[in-house]
Amino acid sequence: MPRTLFDKVWDAHVVERLDDGTCVLYIDRHLVHEVTSPQAFEGLRMAGRRVRRPDATIAVTDHNVPTSDRRAGIAEPESRLQVETLERNVAEFGVPYFPLLDARQGIVHIVGPEQGISLPGMTIVCGDSHTSTHGALGALAFGIGTSEVEHVLATQTLLQRPAKNMLVRVDGALAPGVTAKDIVLAIIGRIGTAGGTGHVIEYAGSAIRELDMAGRLTVCNMSIEAGARAGMIAPDEVTFDYVRGRPYAPAGEAFERAVGYWRTLATDEGAAYDRTVVMDAAEISPMVSWGTSPEAVAPIDGVVPDPATVADEAKRADMVRMLEYMALTPGQALSDIPIDVVFIGSCTNARIEDLRAAASVVRGRHVAPGVRAMVVPGSGVVKHAAEAEGLDRVLIDAGFEWREPGCSMCLGMNPDKLAAGQRCASTSNRNFEGRQGPGGRTHLLSPAMAAAAAVTGRLTDVRRLV
Amino acid sequence: MRAFTVLTSIAAPLPMANVDTDKIIPARFLKTIRRTGLGAHLFDTLRFDQSGAERPGFVLNQPQYRNAEILIAHENFGCGSSREHAPWALLDFGIRCVIAPDFADIFHANCFKNGVLPIALPRAVCDRLMEDARLGANARLTVDLQRQVVVRPNGEEVAFEIAPLPRKMLLEGLDEIGQTMQRGPAIDAYEARARQEHSWMPAIALG
Repeated sequence: MPRTLFDKVWDAHVVERLDDGTCVLYIDRHLVHEVTSPQAFEGLRMAGRRVRRPDATIAVTDHNVPTSDRRAGIAEPESRLQVETLERNVAEFGVPYFPLLDARQGIVHIVGPEQGISLPGMTIVCGDSHTSTHGALGALAFGIGTSEVEHVLATQTLLQRPAKNMLVRVDGALAPGVTAKDIVLAIIGRIGTAGGTGHVIEYAGSAIRELDMAGRLTVCNMSIEAGARAGMIAPDEVTFDYVRGRPYAPAGEAFERAVGYWRTLATDEGAAYDRTVVMDAAEISPMVSWGTSPEAVAPIDGVVPDPATVADEAKRADMVRMLEYMALTPGQALSDIPIDVVFIGSCTNARIEDLRAAASVVRGRHVAPGVRAMVVPGSGVVKHAAEAEGLDRVLIDAGFEWREPGCSMCLGMNPDKLAAGQRCASTSNRNFEGRQGPGGRTHLLSPAMAAAAAVTGRLTDVRRLV
Repeated sequence: MRAFTVLTSIAAPLPMANVDTDKIIPARFLKTIRRTGLGAHLFDTLRFDQSGAERPGFVLNQPQYRNAEILIAHENFGCGSSREHAPWALLDFGIRCVIAPDFADIFHANCFKNGVLPIALPRAVCDRLMEDARLGANARLTVDLQRQVVVRPNGEEVAFEIAPLPRKMLLEGLDEIGQTMQRGPAIDAYEARARQEHSWMPAIALG
């Protein structure tokens, strides 16, 4: 029977199929960070259990860490305790770890692909919902809770029921100024934040094939905002070129054997999907969110929607609440919305390609008066590469802050937070109430669009600046 | 894990869709290395104003709902992050069952690991239960996991679906890791096979 990419990776990892269809699924890579692991290691300790496969596990700190100079340590006591707890745990259980001052440290979902730790055909989990990112390589990658983190540490497996298959095909070519972020925001706008619940999304079509790996990682990253625990893209030459030569990727003859296997993973002709959504790339504009749900998005040349036009009472009430929180008026042009803060970073958009896109917009321009603009590279490796290219100078000269790697203002667990009422143009992935700081207001957009907002001081169609 | 068999309680109505994990427990409260104590911050921004005072309009601040062990909400409950702190916060507050039309996948899985029962029922049924819940202390719901029914205050029984394995785990309060570890030989065999078939796959060894 013809199988999908998801079916193939799933089937290759089934240890045992139980009576009710639940499978014991083997996990090839387990990524661990400081926020969702302390209770899991504590559970192991209480039960006298060990980590079954330290050589399939990697730990890094990212959620809590300050993005200012870190040589003096972490000032905030609770954050410091979580980081120190992780360091104690990895030492006690023998888990490989990239320390805070190591160049390889960064956001776990940037680090995995960058180091060649995340590879096509693997099952990859992490106690973080944006683990869906790694699916861009053709892996089955999904977020898990802390109990499951403990389960994987102890057994290298998870009890899972197979997801349904969903195909999102984006055909045609993107217009200039439209990026991977705009594709995925448009997809979420179309299918909604529960559109992919219970499914693994496979992204296909010429617009997806044409994306570089950075763009594919961005698209898969936000699968969870569409409700799908995982997103996947079939591995191809773009994937193999990306993986080749990375520090933890197979090398030489082993790499060639791996590629031979990875080529077999693409969905078979005639394989069935439980649901298919087709989009036309040419119809996608640069997107921006206006509400407090990632499905509340619109093209930048559009207006804030009017709740009065929504028939469903509950949906109308939700929209009213969102507009009240966001302090927006129906009918207001999105490009008229002034912003206070610009955040370029997060596991969605903090790779070198994202920083290049931002720098190309701000080159020769300056951050608008009164706007705080910050760039938080996704890893030490990204930061050093950007500095070698001189991107840091372009951004600093334009008035951006150039910071150390971490999750930062994506979720405001470290000192990088919005103040109540502040409005932020953000390349991150969630615009929930208070996500970037209590009372903060988030507009999700691409790195190029964030850069455009920084220099004009308002949400701006980047196509007018290039 | 505490077993879940039958629960009789007043139910708190939260008629809101897309209750995300940041609403359930904001990220700034995730800096704990323990599972307990999060109930104080459950629904923090909905429950408290910026000075930390209770918002009297919020359901769990109303006297009749302070001891609710059942929560009823609208679509896509628990969307957003994988943080298990969300069910930990619910449980620490005392809520052991959430009824909604549907749930986000990771939140749904996390509930079962902690003895919290998520029940998905059609929106129209949820709306009827929401009406029951609005009666506050005058109405109690009974959730019977063994029989897979919710009993309304008027005695009407509403059946719900649940996968057999999570049901068994909840009913018996089983340690899932202990169960899986008994499958050690099967995992050993898989690893031996994978070492042959996927010999390209490197181990992570730090140089």
